[in-house]
Amino acid sequence: MALLQIAEPGQSTNPHEHKLAIGIDLGTTNSLVASVRSGEAKVLPDSQGRFSLPSVVHYGADRTVNVGFAAKANAENDPENTIVSVKRFLGRGLADINSTYGKLPYIFVEKQNKLSLLTSQGEKNPIEVSAEILYVLKQQAENTLGGDLVGAVITVPAHFDDAQRQGTKDAAQLAGINVLRLINEPTAAAVAYGLDSGQEGIVAIYDLGGGTFDISILRLNKGVFEVLSTGGDTALGGDDFDSKIVESILAKAGIDTELSAKSLRKLADLGCKIKEQLSDTDSVDYEIEIESQTTPQKISGSFSKQDFENSIADLVKSTLRSCRRALKDADVEKEQVLEVVMVGGSTRVPYVREQVKAFFAREPLTSIDPDQVVAIGASIQADLLAGNKPDSDMLLLDVTPLSLGLETMGGLVEKVIPRNTTIPVARAQEFTTYKDGQTMMAIHVLQGERELVDDCRSLARFVLKDIPPLTAGIAVIRVTFNIDADGLLSVTALEKSTGVESSIQVKPSYGLEQFEIADMIKASMTNAKEDIQARMLREQQVDAIRMMEALDAAMSESPELLSEDDKLAIEQAIGKLKLTTQGTDGQAIKHAIKFLDDTSQPFAARRMENSIKVALTGHSVDAV
Amino acid sequence: MAISLTDAAANRVRTFIENRGKGLGLRLGVKTTGCSGLAYVLEFVDELEEGDSVFEHQDVKVIVDAKSLVYLDGTQLDFVKNGLNEGFEFTNPNQKDECGCGESFTV
Repeated sequence: MALLQIAEPGQSTNPHEHKLAIGIDLGTTNSLVASVRSGEAKVLPDSQGRFSLPSVVHYGADRTVNVGFAAKANAENDPENTIVSVKRFLGRGLADINSTYGKLPYIFVEKQNKLSLLTSQGEKNPIEVSAEILYVLKQQAENTLGGDLVGAVITVPAHFDDAQRQGTKDAAQLAGINVLRLINEPTAAAVAYGLDSGQEGIVAIYDLGGGTFDISILRLNKGVFEVLSTGGDTALGGDDFDSKIVESILAKAGIDTELSAKSLRKLADLGCKIKEQLSDTDSVDYEIEIESQTTPQKISGSFSKQDFENSIADLVKSTLRSCRRALKDADVEKEQVLEVVMVGGSTRVPYVREQVKAFFAREPLTSIDPDQVVAIGASIQADLLAGNKPDSDMLLLDVTPLSLGLETMGGLVEKVIPRNTTIPVARAQEFTTYKDGQTMMAIHVLQGERELVDDCRSLARFVLKDIPPLTAGIAVIRVTFNIDADGLLSVTALEKSTGVESSIQVKPSYGLEQFEIADMIKASMTNAKEDIQARMLREQQVDAIRMMEALDAAMSESPELLSEDDKLAIEQAIGKLKLTTQGTDGQAIKHAIKFLDDTSQPFAARRMENSIKVALTGHSVDAV
Repeated sequence: MAISLTDAAANRVRTFIENRGKGLGLRLGVKTTGCSGLAYVLEFVDELEEGDSVFEHQDVKVIVDAKSLVYLDGTQLDFVKNGLNEGFEFTNPNQKDECGCGESFTV
């Protein structure tokens, strides 16, 4: 049993057509994927309940590719083949990278302006490496949501240029993700807080992550965010807070000699732990054993909130300087900023919040997890773009008063656009031919809520000609219903293999009064049971006729495969089915179909064997 | 005629409506489509329509239109977790058969 989610009014999808869309925060250090389910935007965890995936890819010598936590574990012992923070290299040239990052453990190769990293599995360009990360996120989302994705919204830093944006898009395509849109990270954060539907004006996004700081000044105008300016520091983040704590501890202990790599790692972890604990307590006691000049040494002490704030004050001040500059670049005053959004794990530090609050003279928005806010905003945008929500920003023009559909075999109505769908709208459905060699198809457009053609209102008829003669069920005819903003319906039928097309235009609500519409809806309710039964009966009748025709054709095609006894049995079963089909008992027809199916089974099997034999005759066994 | 919710389903519906910020309740329905004839509909409700029936469980309203009620009478809606996926599940005594995926069914 599939598990269902709640849709917005009138937005339920057909089975197997759920419009699953995700938002991806493809981060420098960590990446996340989020989705809107039952109206709630949430980050999707992996099988172990972890919300973020380290943006690390490891290319093993044994051809394995690890992504995330497994890859991160290799960073120390196989640094050359473990690509960390690949986002820094996307859309960049070698000269750029060398001047920005200095010494990196990778072997870069540049050919015709295309940058690659040489790994144990050959050259990998940053797009391919990013695609590995995106692919894992996509898999994670599909496993969690239980279906294929319609597409994704992927976030990029506001300062990304065209090459970097194109690189992100290419990576998504390589990972098999349909990109609905790329949006700026600060815009996504603003969307997560619903600022896109709020007051128009200036919004500041303060994003302090593990290793980078970004400040973006946005202006919301008619539902669109415009980036006025960006600023920041690509080498300032929470990791620097940790090292400040470590420096301070070492200074207190009077250690100024070189330490082993292992000791440094241990100290960095301690710094991070102390930082996190100081968000809730005023003081943390610590004790650690390190190796100074190969002699083990124990240091212990207590680190207070005040110590911490003193040591990071300069760093925080420098972020505020960037804020001031960004405001100046955007040509706006501090007082014009309506909201300040906090993004990035380091904005959890109370001191950072206090300083930002003091700077902008307003309480920053912090209610959404700062690590998740970008992915959440992206997922909200993705949900909207996938068409799961009547777009609140788009002018709501009108809704269809009654369902619109097509006549199918047996005089049944297949609804294509249900009533109360907001317009403009386009919906397509695929149909196929009913008989062998069928070259034409009559398209009968109907309006109404009832199940049978006779009970609905006929709007238009047209014929699609020149369908290539094929076996029944092979041709694919795509019928598209398109209602424009003025309420004009156009119906187009297209045979996919030949591209033959035919269409018609109608105005569906023409000549219908309000009370007539109400009557039609009411009739569909009072007649619900009869209608569905009639539908079931017709469906069985159509099945029965199709089966008898197919058998007839098969019997005249290969009579030699039929023994006299079999032939008699099948003919009897056909006779019985013919009789029941004329009646009104759907269940009885179903049984008769089953009986005929069972009776003709041996004949069908022989035909199958025979056709395989024919196909294989003249071919040697080795060739098969 | 009755439709019921398990406590788990009622709790989730309540949370979802609170998150959404508006909504009268949850609409349950069926529509004719899919590989086995009928498919379930599960939607938020902003306004009642003529012919709707309203059922209540732990102050959560379940709304069903007259046409669907015929096929949903006696149905219980549950909220279940299945591995990473979670969502709503229908237990419908009128249901005779369902397609492999369980998204559509026949009566």
